[in-house]
Formats: sequence, structure tokens, C-alpha cells
Amino acid sequence: MSEEQIKNLEAEFEARIARDEKIEPKDWMPEKYRKTHIRQISQHAHSEIVGMLPEGNWITRAPSLRRKVALLAKVQDEAGHGLYLYSACETLGISREELYEQLHTGKAKYSSIFNYPTVTWADIGAIGWLVDGAAIINQVPLCNTSFGPYARAMVRVCKEESFHQRQGFEIMIKLAEGSPEQKEMAQDALNRWWWPSLMMFGPTDAESVHTEQSMKWKLKRKTNDELRQQFIDQTVPQAELIGLTVPDPDLKWNEEKGGYDFGAIDWDEFWQVVKGHGPCNKERMNARVGAWERGAWVREAAMTYAEKQENRKVSKAV
Amino acid sequence: MKKNWPLWEVFVRSKNGLEHRHFGSLHAADTEMAIQNARDVYTRRNEGVSIWVVESKHISASNPEESGELFEPAKDKVYRHPTFYNLPDEVKHM
Ligand SMILES: [Fe+2]
Ligand SMILES: [Fe+2]
Ligand SMILES: [Fe+2]
Repeated sequence: MSEEQIKNLEAEFEARIARDEKIEPKDWMPEKYRKTHIRQISQHAHSEIVGMLPEGNWITRAPSLRRKVALLAKVQDEAGHGLYLYSACETLGISREELYEQLHTGKAKYSSIFNYPTVTWADIGAIGWLVDGAAIINQVPLCNTSFGPYARAMVRVCKEESFHQRQGFEIMIKLAEGSPEQKEMAQDALNRWWWPSLMMFGPTDAESVHTEQSMKWKLKRKTNDELRQQFIDQTVPQAELIGLTVPDPDLKWNEEKGGYDFGAIDWDEFWQVVKGHGPCNKERMNARVGAWERGAWVREAAMTYAEKQENRKVSKAV
Repeated sequence: MKKNWPLWEVFVRSKNGLEHRHFGSLHAADTEMAIQNARDVYTRRNEGVSIWVVESKHISASNPEESGELFEPAKDKVYRHPTFYNLPDEVKHM
């Protein structure tokens, strides 16, 4: 194709998205669109999968059967989310094998929030409430993104997320109205998860690259700072309602802007964790790669069994 | 020798009376596992009463580049729609 022809195709492509038409896997698309989507969708899938690890840590130690079935169902949902997203990503011409490879070698990133430890039961409450809460704010706009398979996966994901947040908040309510030790545990979890949750929306708008392109392709509808503000404004009253204190001395309602002013985020910490120096980066990858390697014989055995069955059918037919 | 589990497409009937609809895809070693995985991945909340799975390689798809030839001819055949025909207002039930 000549450069001229590609330019025309690109213009027509951008116009389709601007008209709110969806792009489907077999449609022509600019190479940059394909690459950006593979990167974003796979990163998202990896986050769902790695996100199971910190919560899985508490399944066997959940304080009651009710909490245990809920947590188990929540973690199973996250596995499902990972699978919807990997499938959507594979429609762009990359194999599951390659995607796992990128995760396992550290070439692909996942959300940094999962590199923090879950040291008490209250952390499970805080994750559902804050981490899934932040994820919902990030994900809802993606239900209308331009790439069809991604948008469809996100519709399913968003439907399932609201139970995640509610089960987390219910844990926090119970702890907050419990003994002084239980309330202290809830407060401690909020103290540790608050700032990393704010970082989930990514760098400030001034620092953020690609925003304009992402807006055009509807990978983003609002900026990082707008989404962060939305999260703070909706979460602070929830904390107050259950008698917990958001760990930010600078947090103050600003009547004029109709939102909270808040303190400075420690971006050095953010970049340290992104670069692999968070409290659990190594532990997470070891757990993930270990599970994959220990499961290899099962995958191979299943394939061998399937082939044997298939051959038996064929030889019977002959 | 390492062979990866093939890709399957999953179709789910959400209730009797409705058609099976494409829900998504997954990897599995064989049909039985594909149905079991489809149950776990796509019907955790009563989304279905019946599942079809078919290995993705068996699906042939039309090429979007040929959409013009395939679908445009239907566009100018307005006489296939009831509104094309003029009837006097007095005619009822038609
Ligand atoms: Fe999720
Ligand atoms: Fe999530
Ligand atoms: Fe979730």
C-alpha cells in the first residue's frame, strides 16, 4: 500500500470511531491502534490475574463461612475477568502463550496496587472497597470504548464488580462497629491502602503521556486527575459514615469546586513500585510463574489425552 | 514437544425460547473441557441453560474488505420492505 492510501484508510478509520462505530478484529486498523490495544488490554488482563494473589492469601483464613464463599466467588470472578480480557486481546493476533510470556518475563506490566501485602483480614475489606472501587471508576467508561471485543468484555466485568465493592465495604462496616481492636484494624487497613488506591488512576495529567490519543480512541473519556477526584469525592463520605478517618491531613471540602482538596501524592513511591521495587513484586511473580510451571504437566497430559481420544475415534471410523 | 490448548468459541442460550448467542472464547484441550470451562467462565450467574462450543478454526468468516459486495446490494432493494407499497388510508389491517 502506498503512503497516500494508508493516510486515507487512517482518516476513514478515525472518522468511524468519531461516529461511535465499533472496530471489530478483522477490520483494517492502524498498526499503532493494534499495538496500543494489545498493550492496554493485556495489562488489564494481567492485573486481574495477579490481583487474585493478595486476596487468595486470605481465603482459607476468612473469619466465617459467609465471608469465605463471598471471597472465593470474588476471586473466581477476577479469574473470569482475566479470561474475558485475554480472549479479547487474542483477537488482535497475539497468542495466549505470548501474553503469558510477556507477563512472566516482566516485559508486560500489571497494576502496581497488587504489589502491596495483605497482612490482616481488614485488608480484604479495604481492597474490595477501595481497589475494586477505583477499578470500577476506571472501567465503566471502557464499556463504550471503540474496540468491540474490549467493550463487550468490559460490560461483563462491570456488571460483576459491584458485588466486589459491596462485599469489601461490608467487611469494613462490621470491623468498624466491632471491638476497639477490630476498628483499629480497619483504620490501619485504610491507612495503608488509601494512597496506593489514589495512585491507581495513574500519573497526574501534567505527567501523563498518550492521553490525547487515548481520548480519540475512547480508551479514556476522562483524565487521570478527573477520575481520581471522582473517587475521592465519593469515597470520603463512605469512610465518614462508618467512623473511619482518611489518612490525609490536607483533605478538605472545597465548596467552590464542589469537591475535596487533598494532599500531595508520593509519586516517588509510585514509580519505585512500577519499576519493580514494591513490597511484593518478586513474591507475586514467583507465585504466578511457579503456578504456571507446576501446572505444565497437567496441561500436557490433558492435550495428550485429547489427542488419544481423537485418534481412537478416527481409527474406529476406519 | 509442546502443544497449546486450542481456542474455542462459546455460544450460550440464556433461556429456552431464545437462540444461542456468541459469549466469547476460551482455551481447552477437548470438547468436554471446553464445555466445563465455558460453564465456569461464562455462566457463573445463571446466564445460561445451554452451551455450544466449537473450535475456532472451524468457523469461516466473511472478509470485512468484501463487505461492499456482500451487503450493499441489499441497501437499494427498498421494495423488500412493506413501507414501499402505497395503499389508500381507508385500507385497514394490512
Ligand atoms: Fe475484576
Ligand atoms: Fe479488578
Ligand atoms: Fe473486582
